[in-house]
Amino acid sequence: MPPELALRFLRTMLRIRRLEERCVHFAEQGDGLIRAHYHLSIGQEAAATGACAALFTTDRVFTTHRNHGHVVAKGGDPGRVLAEIIGRSGGYLGGRGGTFHVAAPDLGILHTSAIVGGCLPLAAGSALATQRRRGQRVTLVFFGDGTMEEGVFAETMNIAQLWKLPLIFYMENNSVSPLERAGRGSPTSAHAATALSDVPRAFGIDTSVVDGTDVEAVHALVRRLVERVRFGLGPFFVESRTTRWPGNYGSFPKLVGGDTDISWAWDLAAAPDPVRAWTAESDPVIGYAAKLLWRGATDPDGLRALDAAVRAEIDDAARFALGSPPPDAAEALTHVYN
Amino acid sequence: MSITETRTLKFAEALAEAVDEIMAEDPRVLLIGARFTGHTPSAPVMEPVIRRHAARIIWPPIAELAYCGIAIGAAMEGLRPIVEMSTSTFSYEAIPQIVNEAGLISSMSNGRVGAPVIFHMLYGIRGAGGPQHSGSPQPWYWNSPGLQVAMPSCAADVKGLLRWAALRSANPTVFLDHQQLMELEGPVPEGAYEIPFGQAEVKRPGRDVTIVATSIQVSRALLAAERLARDGIEAEVVDPRTLEPLDRETIFASVRKTGRVVVTDESHDRCGVAAGLAAIIADECFAALRAPIRRVGIPAVPIPYAESLERALVPDVDRIVAAARSIAAN
Repeated sequence: MPPELALRFLRTMLRIRRLEERCVHFAEQGDGLIRAHYHLSIGQEAAATGACAALFTTDRVFTTHRNHGHVVAKGGDPGRVLAEIIGRSGGYLGGRGGTFHVAAPDLGILHTSAIVGGCLPLAAGSALATQRRRGQRVTLVFFGDGTMEEGVFAETMNIAQLWKLPLIFYMENNSVSPLERAGRGSPTSAHAATALSDVPRAFGIDTSVVDGTDVEAVHALVRRLVERVRFGLGPFFVESRTTRWPGNYGSFPKLVGGDTDISWAWDLAAAPDPVRAWTAESDPVIGYAAKLLWRGATDPDGLRALDAAVRAEIDDAARFALGSPPPDAAEALTHVYN
Repeated sequence: MSITETRTLKFAEALAEAVDEIMAEDPRVLLIGARFTGHTPSAPVMEPVIRRHAARIIWPPIAELAYCGIAIGAAMEGLRPIVEMSTSTFSYEAIPQIVNEAGLISSMSNGRVGAPVIFHMLYGIRGAGGPQHSGSPQPWYWNSPGLQVAMPSCAADVKGLLRWAALRSANPTVFLDHQQLMELEGPVPEGAYEIPFGQAEVKRPGRDVTIVATSIQVSRALLAAERLARDGIEAEVVDPRTLEPLDRETIFASVRKTGRVVVTDESHDRCGVAAGLAAIIADECFAALRAPIRRVGIPAVPIPYAESLERALVPDVDRIVAAARSIAAN
């Protein structure tokens, strides 16, 4: 792994982390910046970063209510992402989508559905369009393990495999214990299968399991799959396993350990109790920072400087979002039809 | 466009001809399913079209939710898919994609992304369809912002409207053909033509009462008008052709002329299409009304199988005549 690329991965992951911490701060300000429940991807930054780094801007990404990290990883401007999250006119969708639906058509994220499984067939349709045109564009759809409980999952798997769609199903199983991340079984949510990866295999779909906290493993896997999709092969299924962040209290996340401190990468004992074990075993950001220190790719000063730069970037983004006016009420009736 | 020559075609023949032309003219069009004429006696008219364009017809598994979503996704990418869903009630399996994805895409993207997909369905009391194959989903889809709803009443209109939706529209369309219209014959212009959405047509002029009728109700309204004429009541029959976009002005102009209105659509009365149209007319033309607006639809009951029960529920010519007489006599 070239150090520049490694540091770029770390920077993107940190950018997602800092942006989502800012969401919690916005919500806790209590002045209506975030008016309802919302979902974060803290702990899943490596999946977004590693997978999107294997794609071109023109490649398609479909995602879910847990989308912030995917949009940023695909190249989303943090200011426009934050503005969309709080429903401002400067957001990618002019404030119509909000936190559940952040998308960025210019970056290949055409539409983000917050209905569980909603984007699965849309992504398959995107892949069908590429296949019919004999194109080389890649479509990757992120979704959670809960989607596998939906009927649309089975329907889409079946069609994708019957029609050999050039598509990567990227399933983020975000509630696997640290020890099980590398194992075969993955008990989860409310699914009868003892290993979720058995389900796509039953359709004959090429299926891989990856530790979703390991950005390099994710990137290597998705890059390999992307090459095959560009040749028109597919579909492929990935189960990406991460471990639940302790602050993920359902739909109202809390920073139970405060903001992530980059110094935890070399001084784990400083991490507060509620997040120490998770940080040690399952945090893709701090874990990767520690790995880069151990490899000698950077040092604590280098990490502090990187973190300061990212913090400044997110400060600017927050200023942009907060300074962006709410959409004009006259816009309420527009754009229903194209 | 000047159209002089016409020939007589069945509704199903005009529909098949439209599909054939659309496929030949625009390589972006892809069919998911292609039995547009269903199980009607006219089913065979699609066979040569299906053979001719087989390379661009996909026969999906029984997975309405997924294949409707796939069509939407492909439309977002620039293809122009037409999903032939057969019986309209099958589309209920795909409501999450049709209503909650296709209908929202333009708005959610702030106008940046469109999904010009067509969901073609055969709706209505077809005869022995029973409770699950006689449905009329037009009120559901008309109540769903972002969707266009087309309900052609005759051979010329089904061709022109389908061509426009498939070749020109930038938005998702629910295209509803009544199963019993397939054998209806009518004049169809020679050559290629399109009927843009949002253009109602006065199918019969009259001065005494306006009958706003959709799809198969237009045929019934025209027969009703003949009977009313024998009593000296001249009914004007207005066909919106598309519910969304809706040509309000043509409807309002007729209502302002006659002051009396019957609205008829083969869907359930409760929150039905006739109710919606009546409300729009009352909102805008109340001062011109000289009698209450009458609705002719289906009572809010499931459609039974037995012919005697089924026939009792059809919003037929007798009911339209009775409704018109009840207000024309005022």
